[in-house]
Formats: sequence, structure tokens, C-alpha cells
Amino acid sequence: MEEGRTLLDILVAASGLTLAAAAPFLYAALGELFAQRSGVLNLGVEGIMLMGAFTSVYVISDKGFGAHPLVGLLVAMLVGGLLGLLMAVVSVTLQAEQGISGIGLTLFGQGMSTLLFRVLAGGVIVAGGVEKLSIPLLSELPIVGSVFFRQDILTYGAFALVPISVWILNRTSWGLQVRAVGQNPRAADAMGVNVARVRYQTVILGGVLAGVAGATLSMALTGVFQENMTAGRGFIAVALVYFGGWSPWKVMAGALLFSAANNLQIWVQVLDVRINDASIPPNLLIMMPYVLTIVVLIFARERQKREPAALTKPFERGEN
Amino acid sequence: MKKLVLLILVVALLSMGGMTLAQDGPFRVAIVMPSSITDISWSQAIYDGLVEVQTAMGGEGALEIAYTEGMFDVAAAAETLRGYAEDGYDLVIAHGTQYGTSLFDMAADFPETSFAWGTATDTGVDAGLTNIYAYEASAEEGGYVNGVMAALMTDANVIGVVGPVEAGDALLYINGFIQGVEATNPDVELLVAYTGSFSDVAAGTDVANTHIAAGADVLTGTSQMVVGAIEAIQTEGGYWFGTQSDQSPEWPDAVVVSQVYNWAPVLTDMIERIQGGELGGVAYNLTLENGGQTFVFGNVTIPADVLAAAGEAAAGILSGEITVARELSE
Repeated sequence: MEEGRTLLDILVAASGLTLAAAAPFLYAALGELFAQRSGVLNLGVEGIMLMGAFTSVYVISDKGFGAHPLVGLLVAMLVGGLLGLLMAVVSVTLQAEQGISGIGLTLFGQGMSTLLFRVLAGGVIVAGGVEKLSIPLLSELPIVGSVFFRQDILTYGAFALVPISVWILNRTSWGLQVRAVGQNPRAADAMGVNVARVRYQTVILGGVLAGVAGATLSMALTGVFQENMTAGRGFIAVALVYFGGWSPWKVMAGALLFSAANNLQIWVQVLDVRINDASIPPNLLIMMPYVLTIVVLIFARERQKREPAALTKPFERGEN
Repeated sequence: MKKLVLLILVVALLSMGGMTLAQDGPFRVAIVMPSSITDISWSQAIYDGLVEVQTAMGGEGALEIAYTEGMFDVAAAAETLRGYAEDGYDLVIAHGTQYGTSLFDMAADFPETSFAWGTATDTGVDAGLTNIYAYEASAEEGGYVNGVMAALMTDANVIGVVGPVEAGDALLYINGFIQGVEATNPDVELLVAYTGSFSDVAAGTDVANTHIAAGADVLTGTSQMVVGAIEAIQTEGGYWFGTQSDQSPEWPDAVVVSQVYNWAPVLTDMIERIQGGELGGVAYNLTLENGGQTFVFGNVTIPADVLAAAGEAAAGILSGEITVARELSE
């Protein structure tokens, strides 16, 4: 009866599910990484993700405009970018306490998405999802084919963004400006870098990617929108930036570790893995990914050395 | 003579006052819910029930409904409930087991107000309270019938259960469902996993996709987070068995049947008792027998033998021939 459920089958399925589940975390965390590398902590990711999740599904669903998923994605990017701009105005120009203003933005996103959802949609929105994109030939490969090449296009995008981010940060002059502004804004300013402009750019980029993260969660991963559906994922994305020591590759490793641990605990439940013939309480299993994250954070001590020196510190020009 | 006229006037005024009191506006109900009135599950079920009672009583003039949605925060819910009690609502409903503790304190502070909460069986009589109604649903009964049908409709002989947390009516439903499956087809493999949340839609998707990857072609689950799971199984071309509210309109190809809670009879009885001066002390239970649970079918074509088996199971529960345990023996 257990045909098709060898350990290999399970590993293949679990790997595929892990990659898909990691995608929203990756978008949001990479966007946050840019903002933090320039010295701005944006705790509004959760709220921006919610707005992206709602607006994208709404415009593509029958309750909205029945638009193409690409339009949904663009709307989520636009909304995310505008909310990023709002965060930039508050934290860069007005120099508000970043932690507080970010939480404010999250609360705004939660309230606004709920309000719009109730007024415009009235109830659960079913988007129907985005077609999975199978890459010809490659998806036919044994094992790796179904893991790596039968995913949603937004999942490919999330992983493609990792080397792109590394390249931008380390190989472009803009990336250098971002790092300079985050490490030593005064020196960057003296070198002629417009600190405020760079921070506006990174925070807006972070907003755009948080919007994409929300759209990935609603349009691609679940195919639905329900109130507050991000359920704290935006904050996990922020944690992943610390977890990954502000390095895109390590952020990706963190997102994969968290998603894999989460998928593993589901498999342990599904297959009713027992210890001494006793089921493991689900509550204990559900906590596992979070516990694991905290444990890794404790042991990843080197991260402290890599934290952008000017993180959370507003910059006032011409004060010497 | 003057005095007599005055007396008559006073009596007349008083009786007019009494008359206006008797017809003094509508019966006022306030309810606090953890999710929204359109969650197609827990909160929507009771809201639909209230609206049904309102229509039966003659509209807004007879029954006023005030509600607050999205109260996942228990402390905020307690404040809102207290606010309703202060505003003089006749019946204040705390629609969630988690609201219980604060409700008991409140009931003592507002002895003239009637409170109700569920799912629960404790009306606070032991604590000396007389103004609390409790309600619950024997979800295991409908769950059993759903399980019977699911066992007959799986081709893969693998069924997945997407649970929120192991508590309350969710656990009752799941336990009943499992018994129904096992009694009908012992060869079916049951996969059970919990999300740890009533509201985390994507967690429901994750669990459903894992069930599907493990070979399940029929799923069931409970609470408002299951919308992600239903979408997943519909995409996969499998079947879904619903509970709490009718979930077929959104997913016509997947939802075979929904066990629906019908709260209207309970609410009607409560209101009549309160109008008669009885402010609490009754514990209600939605069962198949008292019409508190019904089944709503969707568009999915159900084979005649499956329907017959479901009918037999329901009849068996009604006649007492089948007893569905609330807890599973390990």
C-alpha cells in the first residue's frame, strides 16, 4: 500500500516543498538585507507583505479585475514600493526611531489590508493560483527534475535573486555606496555619496521585494487571501537577515533551514513517527523550526562583527 | 378628588411606562468572534445563525446584532465584551473557548446581563453564577459521517487530516472523522497533522501539500486556516470534506460535503429564556438529533452507495446504534 513512499520519494517531495516555502522568506529577507546594509531597520515588512498579498490576489481574482498574474505581481511591487517610500520618509527624512516606525507600518498594513479585504472582497479570495512552470527537458530529469525544475516562476525568481544581490552589493558602485552608507555614513557623505538618497533607494527596494514576498505567499504558494495570512512571516524574514549575518547566501541558507525544519516536522506528523511507540505531541513539533532558529542565532556569534555599524542610526548631514 | 385624578394620572403614566418598557426596542445581542463573519467556518456559522434568528423574529426591529470580528487577542476581546455589557446588551456572546476566564469575572459584575460562550459546557453554576449559557457542538457525530463518505471516495486509500490545534470542537470533529473512516474501510491510511494555528492559511497549505505528496487524494480539516488546504486539494483534483460552514461555493470541484453547524435553534432558545427572565444556567449541544448539525452538499457528484452509507451512519448515530467516542483510545 505504501507504494511511492520510499525515503527517496519523501526526500524529493520534501525538498520541493521546502524550496517553495522558502521563496516568500527569501524575497522579504533579501529586501530587508538591502535596507539594513544601508543602515535602516525596517520592521514594517510584515505589513508590506500583507498589502502585497492582498492587492495581488485581489486584482487577479474574479472579485477584483480578473487580471493576469503578472499584473498582480506588478501591483504588489508598486504597493510595496509606496509603503517602502513611506517608511523611508519617516525613518530617513524625519529620522523617527526605526524600530517603532516599522512596527507602526506593520500595524498599518495589517489594518489596511483587513479593511480593504472586508470592504472590497467580503470574504476569502480564491485566486486560482499561478500555473507551475515546468522547465522543458530539465523537469524530466530523475529526482532533481521534480525538485528543482517543477516550481512556480516566483520560486525561481527568489533563488535567482540571491546571486544577483551578492553581485549588486559586492560588484557594483551602487552596492559599494549601500555598504558605505551602512558602515560609515559620515565618511560616505564626505566622499560625495548622498546618504539619504541611497537609503531611500534601499528601503523602497526592500518594500518592493516585501510586496513580491506577499504576492508569492498569496498568488503562488496558497492561491488564496485571508485576513492576516502572513502570520508573522515578515518578522521571521527580518530575523533571517540577522541569522544570515547580512550575507545573501547565508540568508538563503537560513530561509532553507527554517523551511526544511518546518516541512520536516510536518512529515514527522504525517508519517506518525513514534518514539518508544508514542506519538510526538504536534505542539512540540510545530515549535521545532523556531527553536532551531534561536539555537543557531545563539551560536552564530560572528554575526555581531558583521552588523552594519550605522544600523538603526539616522544620519544628520553637516554635523561635525 | 384632585388626589384621585393625580393618582389616576400617575398610574396611567406608570402603566404607559410599563408598556413602553415591554416593547422597548429590539432584543439586543452582541457577539465577539476570533475570526471574521465570512471565514466560512467557526465565526461565520454562528453569525449566519444570528441572522437567521433575526429574520425569523422580524428583522432589525426585533433583534439587534452587534459584532466584533478578528478578536484573536484574548485581552482585547475581554475589553470588547465588557464594553458590550456596559452598553446594556441583553445577551453578550463570547464565541471562543479562549474567552472563558474573562467572561466569568464579567458575569459576576453584570448580574442583569446574560452571557453565553462556547465551545464549553461550564455555565458557572458551581461558581455561583446564574447568568451564563454554554454551548458546544458534538462535532464528532458529523465528523463520523464525513469519515464514512471519505473512506469510500478515496482511490488512493490515503486520507489526510489538516488540524489546527488538538483541542475543542476541532479535535472532536477529527476524532469522529477518524472513527468513521476506520469503521468503513480499515485499509485506508490516515495521515494526521496539525498546523498549531487556527488562522495561519499558509501553514494549512504546507500541511495539505505534504499530505498530497504522501499520496493522499482526500483531505479534511477544520478552522478558518483550512482555506489554503482546500485550494491545494482542489488544484490537485482531489476531494475535501468540510466542517462548520458550507465551503462548496468557493471550491465547487473539491468540496464533497460540509458538516454545517446550525446555531439558530440554540440562539432562539436562549433568547426566549432570557425574555422569560432566565439569564443562564443551560448548556447546549449541537447534535444531529436536535438539528444543530446538518450536511450541505456541493457540486461534486456523489455515488449512490456513498450517499446510502452516509445515510446509514447518520441514522445509526440517531438511533444510538453507533456511538461515536469523543476521544480516541490509543
